[in-house]
Amino acid sequence: MISDVFTWLNDPSHWRDSAIFDGIPTQLLNHLRYSVIALLIAAAIALPLGLLIGHTRRGGWFVSTVNAIRAIPTVGLLVLLAVMIAPHFHGRTDLGYLIPTEIVLVIIAIPAILANTYAGVQSVDPEVRDAAAGMGMTGSQVLWHVELPCSLPLVISGIRSATLQVIATATIASYLPLLGGFGRFIYDGYHQQDYAQMVSGGVLVALLAMIADLLLATAQRYAVSRGISGRYAKSAGGATTVATVEAEVSAV
Amino acid sequence: MDHRSEDLGFLWDHVWLSAVPVIIGLVIALPLGWLARRYTWTYPPLMSITGLLYTIPSIALFVIVPPLFGLKSLDPLQVPIALTVYSVALLVRVVADGLASVPDEVTQAATAIGFGRMRRLVSVELPIAVPVIAAGLRVATVSNVSLVAVAGTIGMDNLGRLFDQGVQLSTPTAYYPPIVLGIVLCVLLALAFDVLIVLGNRLLTPWRRAVISQ
Repeated sequence: MISDVFTWLNDPSHWRDSAIFDGIPTQLLNHLRYSVIALLIAAAIALPLGLLIGHTRRGGWFVSTVNAIRAIPTVGLLVLLAVMIAPHFHGRTDLGYLIPTEIVLVIIAIPAILANTYAGVQSVDPEVRDAAAGMGMTGSQVLWHVELPCSLPLVISGIRSATLQVIATATIASYLPLLGGFGRFIYDGYHQQDYAQMVSGGVLVALLAMIADLLLATAQRYAVSRGISGRYAKSAGGATTVATVEAEVSAV
Repeated sequence: MDHRSEDLGFLWDHVWLSAVPVIIGLVIALPLGWLARRYTWTYPPLMSITGLLYTIPSIALFVIVPPLFGLKSLDPLQVPIALTVYSVALLVRVVADGLASVPDEVTQAATAIGFGRMRRLVSVELPIAVPVIAAGLRVATVSNVSLVAVAGTIGMDNLGRLFDQGVQLSTPTAYYPPIVLGIVLCVLLALAFDVLIVLGNRLLTPWRRAVISQ
């Protein structure tokens, strides 16, 4: 079985498009397209909201309400929206299935980003915040120069978990007809009882998720200030996080 | 037509598919979490491995499990095995963090009154770690309920099959009853598990209520 999967993945015809088959590169682009669109929309909604709620410390109940969305089974939501929206689109367009998919992807990405952004900003040490205000920084300066950099590790891990959920759910979306992505291989393999194709699809999705997470982890490493992460070259060892945060505040 | 017996069958399948992997996962995660705490050098590699497992999307893990475990494709065991892998991945960290939440004075006091390492673990450290572990169990079961439904899309019997039926019956016009029933039952099931774990947590930690009521 494992060797069948290697054979399937190595077959050059599976890397090319033909009239009846979209190859691995094409489906990779489809998968990325669905995921990136949804993540951008979700981030555009959830990041400002999380920053605002965390900064003003008002509306925490809203975050927990949105979090309750996670209990809804994603497949159910996907199917519900698909049968609601798809009949309104006729002909050869895939929009009837693409729109419900994007809506579901946005809905599942928002709670992770929102909750982490809110928690990150809200958990910034009050002393640091007070120090910034005491130095005469305005509310928005405190938010952009102190609260955001301090909360960046949590904000990015929210984006990481949202990305993983979106990639996973975009796979399940191929369960609906007409949609591409790596899930196409899984569900086509399942329906044609071509288990090498089905498992290969699973391997491709797993690799995609791991690489995406690795890239974001690397971005997190470089985006987060060393004063927050506490990573220093050996020669500079000994400085504590709080001391450097205060140093950064005074440098602003 | 009466679908009650079929739907109840799906519900029952969903119940055990959601619960059993978490229980097995906890049984496996307890010694691993203890290991990560006892020998701290094992903590980083254990967390990397479990973190990596947790990044694999559910449907991908479902289809990859059979070749790795030497099963036929679409074996009824592939879903519980995959869900057990997720539960272990989540709970190892939870158990390790739970044991780490035990205050040092408490373990020292237990040692001072003559508890051996094993007795201290079972009758002091684990009970104190219960709230942290219970919080992890809530996350694991609630996400399991949603993941089991995903297995319905590759023909495994559970509430996810209701969504499948909904799609089949929705040509040419939308037919909502099975889809809505599936969503409602999934949410209620997740809620029921959640309540059970919260109650179990309260029963197992009577001292916390005593402190609060003072």
